[in-house]
Amino acid sequence: MEAESGSSSPGRKRRLLRLYYSAAPEPQQEEQPDPCDINGAQFDPELYLNKLRKECSLNELMDQESCMVRQIRSLDSDMQTLVYENYNKFISATDTIRKMKNDFKKMEDEMDCLSTNMAAITEFSARISGTLQDQHAQITKLSGVHTLLRKLQFLFELPARLNKCLELQAYAQAVSSHCRARCVLQQYSHMPSFRGIQDDCHAIMERLAQQLRQKFRDGGTSAKELSECVELLLQLDEPAEELCDKFLSHAQTRLEADLQGLEAELRDSAPIDTDILEFIDRGCNEFVSNLCLVIASYQELFVNRPQEGELLLVFVDTLAARYFSLVERRIQEEKGVGDNSLLVRALDRFHRRLQAVSKLLPGSAVPSQGTEIVIQAARERIKQYLSALQSFYLDSLTDVRQALAAPRGPPGKEAPPSLPDLLTSLSNSILNQIKSVLASVHLFTAKDITFSSKPYFKGEFCSQGVREGLVVSFIKFICQSSRQFCESAGDRGGSTPPVLLLLLSRLCLDFETSTISYILTLTDEQFLVQHHSPVTAVTALCAEAREAAQKLLNHYVKVQGLIISQMLRKSVETRDWVNTIEPRNVRAVMKRVVEDTTSIDVQVGLLYEEGVRKAHSSDSSKRTFSVYSSSRQQIRYAPSYTPSAPMDTNLLSNIHKLFSERIDIFSPVEFNKVSVLTGIIKISLKTFLECVRLRTFGRYGLQQIQVDCHYLQMYLWRFVSDENLVHFLLDEIVGSAAHRCLDPSPMEQSVIEVICERG
Amino acid sequence: MEDDAPVIYGLEFQARALTAQTAETDAIRFLVGTQSLKFENQIHIIDFDDENNIINKNVLLHHAGEIWHISASPADKGVLTTCYNKTSESRVLTCAAVWRMPPEWESGSHESPDDSSNSPQTLELLCHLDNTAHGNTACVLWEPMGDGKRVISLADSHVVLWDLQESSTKATISSSATLEGKGQLKFTSGKWSPHHNCTQLATANDMAIRGWDLRSMSQIYCIENAHGQLVRDLDFNPNKQYYLASCGDDCKVKFWDVRHINEPVKTLEEHSHWVWSVRYNHSHDQLLLTASSDSRVILSNMVSISSEPFGHLVDDDDLSDSEETHHEEKSKEPLQDSIIATYEEHEDSVYAVEWSSADPWLFASLSYDGRLVINRVPRALKYRILL
Repeated sequence: MEAESGSSSPGRKRRLLRLYYSAAPEPQQEEQPDPCDINGAQFDPELYLNKLRKECSLNELMDQESCMVRQIRSLDSDMQTLVYENYNKFISATDTIRKMKNDFKKMEDEMDCLSTNMAAITEFSARISGTLQDQHAQITKLSGVHTLLRKLQFLFELPARLNKCLELQAYAQAVSSHCRARCVLQQYSHMPSFRGIQDDCHAIMERLAQQLRQKFRDGGTSAKELSECVELLLQLDEPAEELCDKFLSHAQTRLEADLQGLEAELRDSAPIDTDILEFIDRGCNEFVSNLCLVIASYQELFVNRPQEGELLLVFVDTLAARYFSLVERRIQEEKGVGDNSLLVRALDRFHRRLQAVSKLLPGSAVPSQGTEIVIQAARERIKQYLSALQSFYLDSLTDVRQALAAPRGPPGKEAPPSLPDLLTSLSNSILNQIKSVLASVHLFTAKDITFSSKPYFKGEFCSQGVREGLVVSFIKFICQSSRQFCESAGDRGGSTPPVLLLLLSRLCLDFETSTISYILTLTDEQFLVQHHSPVTAVTALCAEAREAAQKLLNHYVKVQGLIISQMLRKSVETRDWVNTIEPRNVRAVMKRVVEDTTSIDVQVGLLYEEGVRKAHSSDSSKRTFSVYSSSRQQIRYAPSYTPSAPMDTNLLSNIHKLFSERIDIFSPVEFNKVSVLTGIIKISLKTFLECVRLRTFGRYGLQQIQVDCHYLQMYLWRFVSDENLVHFLLDEIVGSAAHRCLDPSPMEQSVIEVICERG
Repeated sequence: MEDDAPVIYGLEFQARALTAQTAETDAIRFLVGTQSLKFENQIHIIDFDDENNIINKNVLLHHAGEIWHISASPADKGVLTTCYNKTSESRVLTCAAVWRMPPEWESGSHESPDDSSNSPQTLELLCHLDNTAHGNTACVLWEPMGDGKRVISLADSHVVLWDLQESSTKATISSSATLEGKGQLKFTSGKWSPHHNCTQLATANDMAIRGWDLRSMSQIYCIENAHGQLVRDLDFNPNKQYYLASCGDDCKVKFWDVRHINEPVKTLEEHSHWVWSVRYNHSHDQLLLTASSDSRVILSNMVSISSEPFGHLVDDDDLSDSEETHHEEKSKEPLQDSIIATYEEHEDSVYAVEWSSADPWLFASLSYDGRLVINRVPRALKYRILL
């Protein structure tokens, strides 16, 4: 049966139930019951025996037999024990039943006795109530007369009492007494005696009302007394609307006094001695709490007059508007960006107190206006922080500039702050500044701040405000100001020191690789920015930073290249190359060029990685030198001695150019040392070439150029990515000099080497 | 609309000097002066046959020395000036002279253009612009659109105005001026303004551009630090009298309004090395050629500061009565300032570029290795400007 229903749902339920109740389910039941299972219900001894006989050896059969005998024996003894146990239990149960039978008999007797007693008590009670019937009616009547008399006495005493109350100024008591009597007096006014009392009372109450009105008009009383006053007057059937107006106008004068107090504080505190928290505190405690009081009492007093509700709203709105303008003015004076917590706490308090108004007056626009002010203040704050960050950045740049301009001290090259130190300190201080600003701004969204749950602070403030307005704007500012260094310095001759360009370019590059994504991740985490509105992507910012870095580095290369170019140009232009003497030395300017290049190399090496250069042999200067000078160079101007073949020189140089790549001189460089140096050297050598082409050389002029170029060759190849570039340009220079030479007889290679090594 | 391929002509010698034959308005003809210290220098007369895309050359010998600057008379096709290096024993001096081409050069070589054995003819010296007192001559400028009687030579720090008399065989100094200042001042180049009745001259020395009034021979303006480095060349806008383009070693091309010299009107920075030459197209002043030692020639379209700025910039002090103003073009959408083409046919520094005097859509550029390339303005742009 189990097997049949195994797949159906009730069967499954049952199985689940079984699983739940008993730890050990019977897995066998799932299948066709095995008749050979000795423990199963379907056990067929005949079958089992046959199976055993068929399957088992004699030894196994013997074992099986002895095992089975052992099992049968243990089963027998188990059964016996069970029978004994059950028997004992049965005997004790019989005893218990017998005892219960006896007890019940006793109880039955006692119940009978109880019911007879109850019957006697009922009878007695009926008799007593019968006798007391008459007297009860009499007592009721007497007590009625007594109360009537008391009432009459109250009425007769009423005028005197009211007078006394009036004297004691216990207006509330007087009014309540009068109210109690009023109906009765009205009802019985046809009787002369009552009529007299009523008139007296009226007169007195008239006086009382007069006094109350007077008091109301004086206005000097507190809000609570005032509202009491109004309540009493209302009970005396004064016209409500008039009261409303009066009430509100009184409230207004008092609230305005509060406002004036605040205003005075604003006005005469040119040097702000009370901080904003105190100011807001005062505003809250005086103005807002009074306003709440007015609203509360107004609503209590004029509870069921909807049209007066409108009046109240207008009243509250106008006063609140004045209050807000004061608060706004005060917030605007809060310019220092040092401690944000004070402002946030003040705003929080401001906002929190306005919640009370919204509870009292649900339809009022006051809380939302208050929130608007808070939002405005937050926006303003972000702007202030941005400008603070910007000025901080510019200041730190000035510091760096000064540190760079500081005299290098004694010949020992290590001036106190090295370039990498300056870089790390600059980037760290920027990062720290951003972090501290973020922390300050983060106060706006702290959990315990009431307005942090507003949608603005959850969404727009985080994304548009902090992320875009603050962090992204600042990063953009850095990039932009960096770019300005390149543009402004271009025309007016390097007002920025080149080292600063290098430093900034590295800074921008670091920004691109890590800092930007770090800052933005930090911002996103801290502010849980949900990107509802489109925000600047990290990649876009990184691209901008990279572009700035590239521009700065290009500009650095240009500036440094120009400095060296200028030296070379002067050296070529000012010399009379036709009448120069035989070269004995490398010219000083070449040594200067190599020195400068070396120091630039050191400088760039401090900030940028080495970069890749094309493989060259260990003794590159020697090897390429011989190639360059003996084979190629000789070929190039040797034929020019033979007038018969004027074409050859050009042909050869043109063929040579066909196979060399075009060299872009002022081309963008990569972010590594080798590329930067290559750029600088390219610019310098190209200048050298162009200047040489403009001059005419004598024999020794050419030789001097040979010497100079060889010297440059010896030292410059190690700085560049592709030494062939240096070879090519120097080749061109010597070639051009040879062309421009009146008497082109080149110097012996060995002599050149000797001169250069000596220099 | 396929543009024609550039036509390339190779000289045997290195060369820097290139000019269009200014007085020739029918044939497309350029003059090139070579630079060689060892061989006889030559002037190549390059005739370009526009229809067949063929170059015809004629060679004239220039015995005096290597040619640094060449300039053709605006009035007489046969007359030209050169600045050349004269090397004596231990002195190199750059002199200037007026020459006449032999009248029969054309017939003489046309019969066998490829016959190199045909001995070339020689230039006929008309007169020296004798200037030993003044120093090295940087360039000689003809009076634009003049009668070929007046030239200016710029020698070291002197501006010298010459009158050529007796059919140019005699030159007399009519007036001169000297550049005053600290150090050794040297003119690098200059340009005679075609405006104001040809009474103005602009010169470049070091980083400054100066304007001169030729009537009083006095300086009228000076743009100090016009370029970050040496100013190499300048050119007047042919249609806007106060506009001037300059180029220099800072790789930039700048446009100036000489009435407001504090800031350039516009700056281009397209070349990757020094810019040696800048030329306005004679008819369509938005087209501008620049040549640079990065071996490139760039053709730019500077619509916004041209005399045909279309639309929004029409009211820009366009005082010159330009005959070129095409009213129908104003309705079209304005072209943007842009680079039209970069020509990379050269493999060495390009020191000179010139528009043809006959065909306003054609120009030649010359690189140091002696390669002359003749190119055209892309047809698409040509029709855009014309129609």
